Amino acid sequence: MIEFKLPSLGAEMDEGTLLEWRVGPGDVVHKGDVVAVVDTSKSAIDVEIWQDGTIDALRTGLNEKVPVGTVLAWLREPGETPEHVEAERRRLAASAAAAPSAAAPVPGVASGAPPAPAKAPADVSSNDAVAARSAAGERRHVSPAARVRAEALGVDLARVPGTGPDAAVTVEDVERVAAARRSPADRALAMRAAIGAAMARSKRDIPHYYLATDTVLARAIDWLTARNAARPVTGRVVMAAVLLKAVAIALRSFPDLNGYYRDGAFVAGAGIHLGVAISLRQGGLIAPAIRDTDTLTLDELMKRLADLVARARALTLKSSEMSDATVTVTNLGDQGVDLVEGVIYPPQVALVGFGRVRQRPWLDGQTIVPAPVVTVTLSADHRASDGHRGGLFLNHLDALLQDPARLDEATR
Amino acid sequence: MTRIAPDRAALQEAVLAVLRRTAPEVSAASLDPLRPLRDQVDLDSIDWLNFLVALHERLRVDVPESDYGKLRTLDDVVGYLAEKGAAAA
Repeated sequence: MIEFKLPSLGAEMDEGTLLEWRVGPGDVVHKGDVVAVVDTSKSAIDVEIWQDGTIDALRTGLNEKVPVGTVLAWLREPGETPEHVEAERRRLAASAAAAPSAAAPVPGVASGAPPAPAKAPADVSSNDAVAARSAAGERRHVSPAARVRAEALGVDLARVPGTGPDAAVTVEDVERVAAARRSPADRALAMRAAIGAAMARSKRDIPHYYLATDTVLARAIDWLTARNAARPVTGRVVMAAVLLKAVAIALRSFPDLNGYYRDGAFVAGAGIHLGVAISLRQGGLIAPAIRDTDTLTLDELMKRLADLVARARALTLKSSEMSDATVTVTNLGDQGVDLVEGVIYPPQVALVGFGRVRQRPWLDGQTIVPAPVVTVTLSADHRASDGHRGGLFLNHLDALLQDPARLDEATR
Repeated sequence: MTRIAPDRAALQEAVLAVLRRTAPEVSAASLDPLRPLRDQVDLDSIDWLNFLVALHERLRVDVPESDYGKLRTLDDVVGYLAEKGAAAA
């Protein structure tokens, strides 16, 4: 039996409120299934499970605010006998009773918050479990009064677990969900505080060094323009996607810039998952990850990027996207700045920045020609790398951007 | 305020509705149709592309990249689409 714990939801997220269960006891789950929705100060995150198995018991109830690492559910693994399951249940219940204080800290997340109060080790009430199974998609009754209230409060009935007879949705259920929701103003304040905390921690703990280089993008622009001209608007790729691909491929040669600094040591990332800094219309910043960025074709990357931006702005991201980034890229070109000296997202060790593409006089041999130039910057953790390595990385990135066609082909 | 033909007004409203999918804060009252769009609405390159894709979905007009430069103001966008035969459904 496995304890499924609340995963990390990003550098500045130490806890979350369980908004919704998408599964109940007895449900079979597979790697990657979304099993719960957890609210953080920034947004509601779909929490995915990373193991196959059958849900044995839900251990955290609705609207409970819990730290990262808290046991959310018990998961039976395939092939466990009923006797084994019983023994495991007793073992887990005993250990939960014996150590009721804060869950094991997740490495790399400095918890400034006080530990959560001890939770009773009982299973979540059967009401919540029944409600969960219903929320997972079976048809259930919604009282007319609840329907009217949901409409008035702007609550999506599909997200309301019912606690009435046969898991019917009552007015109280709707009001509970509405009350737990944050107003846009609350969310904006909470987001600001979270960003502030993460950036302050970064500046306090990470000895940053900064490098910048000007890269001529003429070849990349010409290549992309020709490529896009042959495609309808739905198939076009933006320069931001090309830049992301180039960073991902460049990182293959620089594993010392791709990973995490934790407990006094650098740990290389298992894959290259670029975090994309996305600004939110209501204010604030979020940097979800595109997994295995270097293995995607340019078209796949463009689709993932557009989808990520849309979901980030709608605040419907997945837990793996919030915690998996191994390096973050920030592109402020559209905002018109020349360069950005960014702040690294802990526990990452590097941040790549792009300014706007601007026409500059450039020397071609002895002739001065106009050239589209972008200033690329690297902010890096001096505990994990030195300026020499950082410089080599930026040079390599520059070289890759001079051969965009090859960039498109590189996936493995 | 300049008066515009009814079908052009409908087209403008359709364009604004599409724009609002990306920038919900936009309204006919707040937007000056003669000033550059990107000066008035915060749109990055992906927003812009999404806007064009949505216009294509709704009005069946594909805007080639080489024409992007012609679409600076709301008026430009509506005029361009009208020329291409778009009509608000």
